[in-house]
Amino acid sequence: MAKESLMPYAEAIEKFEVVIGLEVHVELNTKSKMFCGCANIFGNEANTNVCPVCIGLPGSLPAVNKKAVESSIAIGLALGCQIAPTGRFSRKNYFYPDLAKNFQTSQYDEPIAFEGKLSIELETGEVFEVLIERAHMEEDAGKLTHVGGSTGRIQGAEYSLVDYNRAGVPLVEIVTKPIFGAGDKAPELAAAYVHAIRDIVKSMNVSDAKMERGNVRCDANVSLRPKGQEKLGTRTETKNVNSLRSVENAVRYEIQRQAYILSQGGTITQETRHWHEDRGYTSAGRPKSDADDYRYFPEPDLVPVQPSAAWIEEIRATLPENPAVRKKRLQAAWGFADLEFRDVVNSDLLDQVEATVAAGASPQSARKWWTGELARIANSLGQDIAELAITPTQVAKIQTLIDSGELTDRLARDVVAGVLAGEGEPEAVIEKRGLKVVTDEGALIAAIDQALASQPDVLEKIREGKVQAAGAVIGAVMQAMRGQADAARVRELVLERANA
Amino acid sequence: MTELIHRSASELASLISSKEVSSQEVTKAFFDRSEALNSVTNSYLHLSRENAMAAAKAADEATARGEAHSVLHGVPIAVKDNLTTTDAPTTSGSNILKGWVPQYDATVVTKLRRGGLPILGKTNLDEFAMGSSTEYSAFGPSRNPWDLDRIPGGSGGGSSSAVSGFLAPIAIGSDTGGSIRFPAAVTGSVGAKPTYGAVSRYGLIALASSLDQIGPVSNTVLDSALLQDVISGHDPMDSTSLPQSLGSMADAVRNADPKGLRVGVVKQLSSDGFQPGVKELFEDTVAKLQAAGAEVVEVDCPSFEYAVAAYYLILPAEASSNLAKFDSVRFGLRVTPDGNPTIERVMAATREAGFGPEVKRRIILGTYALSSGYYDAYYGSAQKVRTLIQQDLAKAFAKVDVLLTPTAPTTAFKIGEKVNDPLAMYLNDIATIPANLAGIPGMSVPNGLAKEDGLPSGVQILAPQMQDAQMYRVGAIIEKLYAAQWGGPLIAQAPKLEAK
Repeated sequence: MAKESLMPYAEAIEKFEVVIGLEVHVELNTKSKMFCGCANIFGNEANTNVCPVCIGLPGSLPAVNKKAVESSIAIGLALGCQIAPTGRFSRKNYFYPDLAKNFQTSQYDEPIAFEGKLSIELETGEVFEVLIERAHMEEDAGKLTHVGGSTGRIQGAEYSLVDYNRAGVPLVEIVTKPIFGAGDKAPELAAAYVHAIRDIVKSMNVSDAKMERGNVRCDANVSLRPKGQEKLGTRTETKNVNSLRSVENAVRYEIQRQAYILSQGGTITQETRHWHEDRGYTSAGRPKSDADDYRYFPEPDLVPVQPSAAWIEEIRATLPENPAVRKKRLQAAWGFADLEFRDVVNSDLLDQVEATVAAGASPQSARKWWTGELARIANSLGQDIAELAITPTQVAKIQTLIDSGELTDRLARDVVAGVLAGEGEPEAVIEKRGLKVVTDEGALIAAIDQALASQPDVLEKIREGKVQAAGAVIGAVMQAMRGQADAARVRELVLERANA
Repeated sequence: MTELIHRSASELASLISSKEVSSQEVTKAFFDRSEALNSVTNSYLHLSRENAMAAAKAADEATARGEAHSVLHGVPIAVKDNLTTTDAPTTSGSNILKGWVPQYDATVVTKLRRGGLPILGKTNLDEFAMGSSTEYSAFGPSRNPWDLDRIPGGSGGGSSSAVSGFLAPIAIGSDTGGSIRFPAAVTGSVGAKPTYGAVSRYGLIALASSLDQIGPVSNTVLDSALLQDVISGHDPMDSTSLPQSLGSMADAVRNADPKGLRVGVVKQLSSDGFQPGVKELFEDTVAKLQAAGAEVVEVDCPSFEYAVAAYYLILPAEASSNLAKFDSVRFGLRVTPDGNPTIERVMAATREAGFGPEVKRRIILGTYALSSGYYDAYYGSAQKVRTLIQQDLAKAFAKVDVLLTPTAPTTAFKIGEKVNDPLAMYLNDIATIPANLAGIPGMSVPNGLAKEDGLPSGVQILAPQMQDAQMYRVGAIIEKLYAAQWGGPLIAQAPKLEAK
């Protein structure tokens, strides 16, 4: 399908007010599924984590996973929501082969959490308050693979395979109220909001929060109305927006597409649309209207969830600091420039740097270790930096030894290599590899005298005041000391001896 | 000695535990009879001689070791074919499940196996338990041992005809609006619907989840009590199962005493619309109780008038959703239509071919009742009626211990008489439905043969929620009063069945 005509972005923003609404699905990382004991694991062989409940065999019944309820409440609290004293599950009825029972057990009129808000700060420093309408619990569907046909979609496929490993995985769907007034920042705000949700659920460890695995998925609603008009325009819901960049691009695309249609006197069809990341456009999915009838009714196989006030407070007490607040606090405490801090954040190294600082290293040295040498090593090994076999405490220890002059930067890198090679704690590595800085000045002076004596021309230049000539001598001395000397001290001593 | 097949389950349990007979002898006796007579009554859809004989042998071995695994250890039993069994097909009376052998046992089936009860086979029912006669079974109607041209009640007519025809000493039924009690009434046997949640529904192929309850079918009140004691108890696999124990029903039967008993006669269920002979027998039962010392008062339950209407909205609504899983994708029938076999067309063709007329009627009714724009008027109003009925009952039970009604308006009707008149069929359940809507226990006990047709009639006992013991107490009192009059159980007067 070809791209449709678009209005230039600036013009679209000029003519229309953008209203967006975001639905984010968060897959919880509970050990078992929402309504049965099957393992909740990504990437296992198809249809191995299934049972009569999650494949909807006749006679099977759901039982609520308490941990999933706890995580859902925690997410609600982290988003500033109120928690419902009674929350019912409802059935959302529709036929689709990835939906084992042909209804999804979800929440309809009684979500577990409602009426929250989240402050979103854009990179420009602008802050938007996004109002959260609700966060509710539901189960994921299975995964369809369409075989044959060119598009990988169900249309045109020869046959389709269903993997029910994902069927029944607990989800929390977070729905915003319509977001007004973001103007040209709407796409950026949408992405920043999804980013914030991802950071929050990750910091809480209630989800693996990997967008590339579908742990966090976004449906973006976009509508336009002529400036000054009160009535909301017709919206589209773009699905399959599964990276932060896609969220931003898809919203921008829909703004431009709808603006063009409206400016030509056309009307927007209320429908779901698919985002094609590779070519950067949305295409029409199935038409969706308010008449779309899921025949919701209260799930009679489950009793209402009634979290006690005490339990809710217990959960509240375990909430970690809001990631955005934490970032602000840490940047201020560490005194990092924006660029330095963003480097740490984007490399996902906040935890490591924070722990290294807590173990006694200076913030700058901690940052340099993690974003420099250690990132380089992880990269060359093709490993996740968090999985490197060195702890923040060990890094801090090595840095302390540099600070006290017992290690040079070069020696320190050898110590790191030793730790990574499994040779033990930094002290043990230093001991085994003999990596201590030579602090015996007698030995240094002897080496310097010998080097000066063997390079009389250099000695002459130094004495004439050409201090930079000392480099050759320093190099020879460092070589003689096998690098285990403090170069600055060697330099001092060379000048002292030459002029003695 | 009375023939083994005419012994009650409690007598058989005693004989087996005292090693006067073996479980294998008993089980064999019922198989010999069932294999000879099932072609006459069509009680069983499936007989499992080998499996049952193996279970009987294991029960005898346990007895030899001095073990009894339950109060009905060694007593064979029939199970309605809407409970899953791993060793026998489970069809729920439908072509859509023909030949399906489940991968798991219903919790009740597990309890029977653990309790040492050999399972004789699976009994016939109206398709998915929708009906009052078994005429809607895809596998032909069962026949009433009192008159083979008449229905044995439904949906559990397979179990009632098996027990009243001595093809099984006891049986498991399920009751959504009277499917245990109506068949018991028209076959002169005993059947009880426990309090909603007293028995786990896990593995019961759901008709209407909020109304379904599994219960016992037998020829004596004590046998039903013993069986309820074996199958009840909390099940973590069924969220709606009660956490608490309701005590021993068998004790309630053994200690039954009319002293201080207060009985309510429901005004709305004692006047119009009942067959004269049925009405007369009911009045006789009330008089007998009064003579035995019970206090009798009339109670007013005005909302009962709307019970059938509410029931036929709630039931189809839930059923339409519960039956959505029968889509050919994971189990059961698959019909591939001519032309392009898209998933929608395969699902539609399968459901068209696999479901019978009553099932389709109720799916359509339920789908309509849940549709947006109709939900409040239909499903919503029905739920309100449900609350009103509960309130009526609460008021009534403030004054009396139990309520008494005729179980059914008529004795057994002729096969074919009402099959084309759904409304007339629905009205059979006028007295039994309120118990399901309110979640209270109800049982039917035989109270004689109607004067016009000489066919059995039953009296229904309703007790407050979780007071099943009170219901059994009154059942035992009535049974004893009639035994004194008849010189034994009513079932002894049933005509002898002869093989074709």
